[in-house]
Amino acid sequence: MSAIAFWGAVELGLIYGFVALGVYLAFRVLDFPDLTVDGSFPLGAAVAAVAITAGWDPWLACVLAAIGGALCGLVTAFLNVRFGILNLLASILTMIALFSVNLRIMGRPNMAVLNRETVITPFYDLGLADHLVRPAVLAVLVLATVLLLARFLGSDFGLATRAAGANPRMARANGVDVGRQIYFGMGLSNALTGLGGALFAQIAGFADVTSGVGTIVVGLAAVIVGETLFRSRAMLVALLSVVVGSVVYRVAVQLALSADFLFLKASDLNLVTAVLVTLALILPKLRARRRAVQ
Amino acid sequence: MRKFLLVAAASLALATAASAQTVKVSVTAIVEHPALDAVRDGVRDGLEEAGYRQGENLEFAYESAQGNPATAAQIAREFVGDAPDVIVPISTPSAQAVAAATRDIPVVFSAVTDPLAAGLVESIEAPGGNVTGVSDLTPIAEHVALIRELVPSVESIGFVYNPGEANSVALLEHFRNAAEEEGLSVVEAAANKSADVQAAARSLVGKADAMYVPTDNTVVSALEALVAVAEENDLPLISGDTDSVERGTLASIGFDYYALGKQTAEVVVRVLKGEEPGAIPVTFAAGTDLVVNRNAAEAMGVTLPDEMVQRASKVIE
Repeated sequence: MSAIAFWGAVELGLIYGFVALGVYLAFRVLDFPDLTVDGSFPLGAAVAAVAITAGWDPWLACVLAAIGGALCGLVTAFLNVRFGILNLLASILTMIALFSVNLRIMGRPNMAVLNRETVITPFYDLGLADHLVRPAVLAVLVLATVLLLARFLGSDFGLATRAAGANPRMARANGVDVGRQIYFGMGLSNALTGLGGALFAQIAGFADVTSGVGTIVVGLAAVIVGETLFRSRAMLVALLSVVVGSVVYRVAVQLALSADFLFLKASDLNLVTAVLVTLALILPKLRARRRAVQ
Repeated sequence: MRKFLLVAAASLALATAASAQTVKVSVTAIVEHPALDAVRDGVRDGLEEAGYRQGENLEFAYESAQGNPATAAQIAREFVGDAPDVIVPISTPSAQAVAAATRDIPVVFSAVTDPLAAGLVESIEAPGGNVTGVSDLTPIAEHVALIRELVPSVESIGFVYNPGEANSVALLEHFRNAAEEEGLSVVEAAANKSADVQAAARSLVGKADAMYVPTDNTVVSALEALVAVAEENDLPLISGDTDSVERGTLASIGFDYYALGKQTAEVVVRVLKGEEPGAIPVTFAAGTDLVVNRNAAEAMGVTLPDEMVQRASKVIE
């Protein structure tokens, strides 16, 4: 694997780190299996592409993308909290609706962001090589996000969010408005995903309606790889491990792409991802059973 | 025999000249799909014809992103890291991912319908930068010329399409430009759903001397209604795709994706020989297959020129 390919993988891993953080919030903190991300990721990309081609500031485009993502999460939460639609189903409904919405936003299936002013372009002049500038800028953004999230999840409101996910009945008994926590958590989770989509569009050079396919699986893979690598109950470490998991996942994919490592081809990626996630899901159970037998 | 020896000697000379150094060409496509795979094979075979043989003086890499744009971005970085002599991305998202990943490795895209809208090049004539390539836009100018050849007295052409299809709207624009260059006018007939196609076609009777149906999903799905109107009113109907000729349109010129791949290989060879990609204009798919329908010609009151029938790669009786 060449250095450019390696740093390219790190760069994508950091972008999907935002998705992984969102997925962690929904799946682990709120215990809400949320497939909305498959729609909110391309929505973020679409919003950013439209804003940037209209000549708006790329940072503003990122903010708009995050707001758009948050709205997607709120729709899913609304279907679930207000109408009692099963969480998984509610998120699938939002996800398929978003495909049409994304086509509307862009007015076509693909939109170019090539050769435009992006959040990264001002940093190209700092003297670092291009392929290092991108991961460096993204690392700073992800780290800032992780710190803010850790801070939030440690606050009173954040603790209530975690309680609502861990044990809704107990949380309710302690005066936590569980519905409100779900709205908030889902909005935040999808805002992060939308932000990831916006950054992806700027770095990959385009927004495409198909770019959401499998986002949830990639996010889950990152969460699970991260949790397997670092077992910690500390919030900051848990959040960091999710980002590291995302980077490790991308580097693994790059390894499969470079050389004919283990006879893998790019077309085997989906199978490999599914096997990886399944293994990571099964291993703790097997371990627990063995412990029980002993 | 002597001719054969000459050719053999020439190709040997060519091969040794090319094998002086090994070149590396990396090809990627967004997904494995018969048309895109044909482009890839065309590129490889075209390179071979130019003396670049895989395993001898050519390293040929291929990766498919399996429909996933994130993987396309990663393949792009993988290729940029390998620093091949030319990267050939097939399809719009793959081309955008590669163009975003490098500003100096030559990029020759293929099967991108609208390279301008895709943000790949600044202009068709002078792309600038490190990117050029071949578009798979239907050979519209050749279609206009075909209409003129079939109906020499033509003054206006009816264009039947669904304004809700972005592709058709773009094609209308191209068609209008091509027709105007030939001094012809275009009459639009809009059909929002397949049930409206017949009425749209009828609206052209008396207003147009020929009808053209682009590769519009709505209209093509109701093609038989269009054919009926054409035959009833002796209104020659030409289609943008060759498959429709079998269903009753008069004629069309198409291209196949394998030939498009070979066309792409020609551009790759020019870059390998040292030309700047940014100085090579973007080329469009050359129409290679002329298909004509004798029955339709009779029913629409058109006599097919003998020369055209001989030129056709397929004649439907």
